[in-house]
This record gives sequence, structure tokens and C-alpha cells, in this order.
Amino acid sequence: MPEVIYLYDGSLDGFLCCIFESYAKKEIPTDILQEELWEPTLYSVRAVPSDVAHARRVLRRVAVLSPYAADLLQRGFLTCLDRRELFLYRMVAKLLREGPGFLRNPADEVLYPIIKAVRALNGEAQLLRGFVRFSEFSGVLGAEIEPKNRVLPLLRGHFCSRYRNEAFFIYDRVHREALFYADGKARIVPLEHFEMEAPGAEEAGYRLLWKRFYDTVAIRERYNPKCRMTHMPKRYWNTMTEFQPPSYFRAKNSPSERAVPFAPNGRPGLAKPAESGPSDPG
Amino acid sequence: MDLLEKLTILSDAAKYDAACTSSGARRGFREGMIGDASSSLAGCCHTFSSDGRCVTLLKVLLTNCCVYDCKYCVNRRSNDTRRAMFSPEELAELTIGFYRRNYIEGLFLSSGVFRSPDETTELMIKALRILRETYRFNGYIHAKAIPGTSPELVEQLGFLADRLSVNIELPSEAGLRLLAPDKSRQAILSPMRQIQNGRAQNREELAKYRHAPRFAPAGQSTQLIVGATGDSDLQILRLTQGLYDRYRLKRVFFSAYVPVVENALLPARDTKPPLLREHRLYQADWLLRFYGFRAEELLDEGAPDFNPLVDPKCSWALAHLDFFPVEVNTADYETLLRVPGIGVTSARRILSARRTGRLRPEDLKKLGVVLKRARYFLTASGKLAPGGRISGEALARTLIVAEAPGAADPPMRQLSLFDSVPQGA
Repeated sequence: MPEVIYLYDGSLDGFLCCIFESYAKKEIPTDILQEELWEPTLYSVRAVPSDVAHARRVLRRVAVLSPYAADLLQRGFLTCLDRRELFLYRMVAKLLREGPGFLRNPADEVLYPIIKAVRALNGEAQLLRGFVRFSEFSGVLGAEIEPKNRVLPLLRGHFCSRYRNEAFFIYDRVHREALFYADGKARIVPLEHFEMEAPGAEEAGYRLLWKRFYDTVAIRERYNPKCRMTHMPKRYWNTMTEFQPPSYFRAKNSPSERAVPFAPNGRPGLAKPAESGPSDPG
Repeated sequence: MDLLEKLTILSDAAKYDAACTSSGARRGFREGMIGDASSSLAGCCHTFSSDGRCVTLLKVLLTNCCVYDCKYCVNRRSNDTRRAMFSPEELAELTIGFYRRNYIEGLFLSSGVFRSPDETTELMIKALRILRETYRFNGYIHAKAIPGTSPELVEQLGFLADRLSVNIELPSEAGLRLLAPDKSRQAILSPMRQIQNGRAQNREELAKYRHAPRFAPAGQSTQLIVGATGDSDLQILRLTQGLYDRYRLKRVFFSAYVPVVENALLPARDTKPPLLREHRLYQADWLLRFYGFRAEELLDEGAPDFNPLVDPKCSWALAHLDFFPVEVNTADYETLLRVPGIGVTSARRILSARRTGRLRPEDLKKLGVVLKRARYFLTASGKLAPGGRISGEALARTLIVAEAPGAADPPMRQLSLFDSVPQGA
């Protein structure tokens, strides 16, 4: 059988069409790659055009055999798993060949890498539900995140229901896409560049209040940075209000130094606390 | 006093309360209101403070003025500290401002006893009512019911809040008499019973009228302080079990006592909070709630405190070696849960996976079993997991090292030829 690499446009539909192509042509692709990521090799290459009808047929076939597999397929495509297309292709192939029985065994060798990646994706989305920090700009809420996986589709439902009456957006700096929501409609669109505006006076005030609350609520005698890092790895801190430098808490039209966002009697959130001693309430 | 200062004082005064969960409420979006509580079925942590505790609610006191003089408390009457009080509008705006920015999941409102329990609860009700009705807040609210409040007020509070809690404070009646002379066990347990009955009654109403107002839909919890009195772990765990059995609590929280005051009746001020003990109690609490253990199995009069070196489940397993090894391909769910290193999730995965074929030792890790502990207690297809063939005293030692690598190994005794020879032989 000739070795061939499929190229697709990077969308889920495009990828599903690669699966369709493989069954239509009765061949097994050596690799499935996004067009942009392809580098010339000795293998022959075929660009597979996206066709919504074909994509839908593949997804429907998978969903009929097992809704769980269809969910894994869609979620798995959002993960940052290396060569995820090939892993997903193998799962679909096994499903079509053997039926859905093997899906019950998470230790299955075809399934395991996908399940592991999807677990990480779900975990990241779950954490980000709490860690996303919005700022208000004249009535619109905006946030930025830096996730490893493409979590925006997973965050959409949660935030749309939480902020049903609001207008908001979340910008994903890593994958350069943004979730916009207004008037009951949500859309995820690619966005090359985005820069957050400096906060107004009210917004800066709330940031300061939150920073103060965060620093105050920790009990110094229980200081345990390792435990905090286990629950909230440092890679999330970059976009969280409580870990921003003092300039983040200054309103845009007040050049004068506003109060420094640290508690007066020294309960820093980031740095290690001063010598441990009895707490001084109030 | 500006808002920033008030927030500092009132969150500092509230932080010793351990409970900070937003779980158990399922209430979707409502027209014209802000927020929902549907994400909080499993809770949602918004940040973790530098002590590693989850922050999900805006945890503040309405006021830290208090007429009580509980010896262990920072807000007691005789403590010289700054006092402050939120106005209902301030509190509502703060909650909504934080909620909209996704800083929090809702509000945890507690209070010092201002003049009398009734008067304080009335103030809390007023604040919550403004938050719910004027500011249209639909998120999660956890409110403290203050012991000694009249039942009518507790009921009103329950219709505004998602979860209510009454702090039991100290594990024994004697401790209460000594350290919190203004509170009695009766005063604490009666609102607890009232909330339990109120919820049962509310469930009946909801069965008849779907839109009946909900009374404390996320249930009730409580907290007790560990290490301020001389109570043993067994007493605490029995009390906990009793609360789950008889009062249908959702959670019992343990709070390691942080010495904030010098008093002859309390541990000295330089005592470290008993964090490991608190941790062991939480582990045991999980065993009670999800693993089908009973307090009497974990501790007894002979050994009334937890082993600091191994967790309660390992401790139980080491005392019941005849129960093991468990064969993962045939054991039932309850038996699997008794194996150290197998939890609710991995036990379910094992049940599901073994329907497709026999499990081999190498599959277990992929199913999420913690082999570091489990390998000594199970077989898969009759085979032990690699490195699983240890028993007796060596096993206890291995488990201790597995839990805390790098920690001081338990002292090994140099074997001596003469030790085994009886004296005078």
C-alpha cells in the first residue's frame, strides 16, 4: 500500500473528512497533518478538502455506534495531545472494526492516550471556570486566558449561563481565538492580536478589593505554598488578578500612586510570609 | 472607614471558618437576575489562598462586634481589636461586583453576635434580602445560623440561603462549658434539628408544588475546632458519624485550632496548629461518607487517635491483613473500596473495564489506581503487582516511606544476637 499523508485545514470538519477519505479510498494514512504544520518529507501528500456533508456522515456514524466515542472524538480534537489526529483516527478505525465494546476499558491501548488527554482537557476547563478573571469595560466583561488545550468550547456553556444577561468575551492568547457573547448568542472566532485596555477607576477599585481579600483570607500559621501549587499550578497565575504587579491595580486616568495593593500588616499573597508568629486579627 | 478597610477587618475575622464550599445547589438562570448556581453542583474553586485552602465564596462577617466571650475566638468581647460592620448595600454591591468578575461563586455570610442572636440574624436576613430582592442576586449563599436564634428567623434565613450551617465549635459539652460559656449544646443542636426537619418538610412541599420556595437546598454543614480541648480523635469521629446519621449533614468541617490568644484554658500561643491531625480527620471523614467505613472500625478505645505516619485506610488495612489480597477481577465494589490506593473513581473504572476482559497488573495504573499503596493489597488475574510481595512489619514500614519519601524513616533497630535470648538464660 502506498504511504500517504493527509493534509487538512485544521478544523474538526476537515479532520473528519480525512477519516472519510481514508475509507472512501480504502487506505490507511501514515499521518494526518494540518496544512500549516506540514514540512516536506519523502511521503506523498494529499490535501483533503473539507466537506460538511462528509464530516457529518462520519460523526453520525460514530455517534450511532457510541455517543461516548463521538464525545471523545470532539473533545480529543481540542486537546494539545501530540499527533492527536492519528490517535483519534485509530480510535475511530477500531470502533468501526470491532464495535463499541472496547470503549468500556480505559486501559485499552488505543483508547488510553486519548482518555488521558481528554481528562487533562476537562480538568483544565474545570479549573478555568474558577480561574478566569473578568474586567469590566463600560458594561462589557472581558477576560484573557493562556490554556494548554483549546478550552473555549468547553467554557462556553458555563459562562453563557452564568452571564446570560451580560455581554462578555474571553480571549485565548495561546490559540489566538476569542469567545464572544452578547444578546444570547455566542461565537468563537480566530483573533490574531488583542490587548486589554487599562482599567477605569471602578474596575481598579474592585481589583484592589479582591487582592486585599485574597491576601487577608490566608491564615499565616497554615502557610502551605506546595498545597496551593498542587491545586492551582503556577501556569494559571499569569492571568489572575491576585498575582498581578502593582501597576495592574492603577486606574488609567490617575497617574498618582494609589494605595499599594498589599495588606497593611504584611500578608503578602505571593512572597513568603514574614517570620511566623501569632496572627494579629484586624 | 472605607470599604477596603472594612473588607480587611471583616474577612480577617471570618477566615478561621473552614467551610468554603459552593456545592449542592442546582439552580439555573432566572430571568432578570444575576448569575446562577448550576455550576456549583460539584462546587467551583475560584482561587487558593497561600495556605492552600480553596476560596470559592466571599467569606466575611456582617460585623465582628460580639457580645459573647468564647475563649478561642478572635472576635470575643474581651479582645482588643478593631470592629466594623457592613451596611447591606455595601455588602450587596461588593458581592455582585466580585461575582461578575468571576472572583467568587457567592457569599458566605457569618457574623459576630451583635446585641443578641435574634437581632444579629435579623440584620443578616435584611442584608440577604436586599442582595436577593433589590440587587437580584441568584448565585450561591451560605449563611450561618447563630445558636439561640428563634426558629422563625432561622426559617426565614433558610429561604434566602442555599446552605445553612450551625457551628458545633467544640467536640464535647465539657469543652463548650469551659471555653464558650455563652453557648450550650442544646442551643447548637436545636437549630440543626430544625433545619433538618425544615428540609424534609420542604421536600414534601416541592413534590406537591414544583415552584414552592426552596429551604436551604444545599443542605447544612457544621464545623468543629480540633486541638483546643483534649478530646480524642475517636470522640470527634463518633460525633461526626452521629451528625451524618442523625442530622443528615452534608459536611462536617474540622478546623485545626490556631492559637490567637493566651489563656490558661487553651494550648500555649506558640503551639503549632495540629494540621496533620486535621488532615487525618478529613481522610477519615471521606471514609465515612464515601467508602462505607464506620467510626468504630477505624478507631477504638485501645487506639483512640489516628496514626500520624499512615493514613486511616492504610492503618485499617494493616490491622486486617487477612482481608487481603483482593482480586480485582472478582471483588465487589465495596471490597475494592477497602483497598488502600483505590478510590471511588478507580473502583468504578475497574468495574467497567473488567467487563471487557480480565485485568492484568499493568492495566491498573492506567485505571487510576495508586499502586504505591495498592500493590501490596491486591492481585490481578491471580498475579501480584510488581513489587507487591511484602507483608507484616516490613509492609507498615514500606507504606510509611511511600507516603512521605525523604521524611525520617521510622527508626530501624539494629538486630542483636542477644536480644532474643531471654534474660538470665
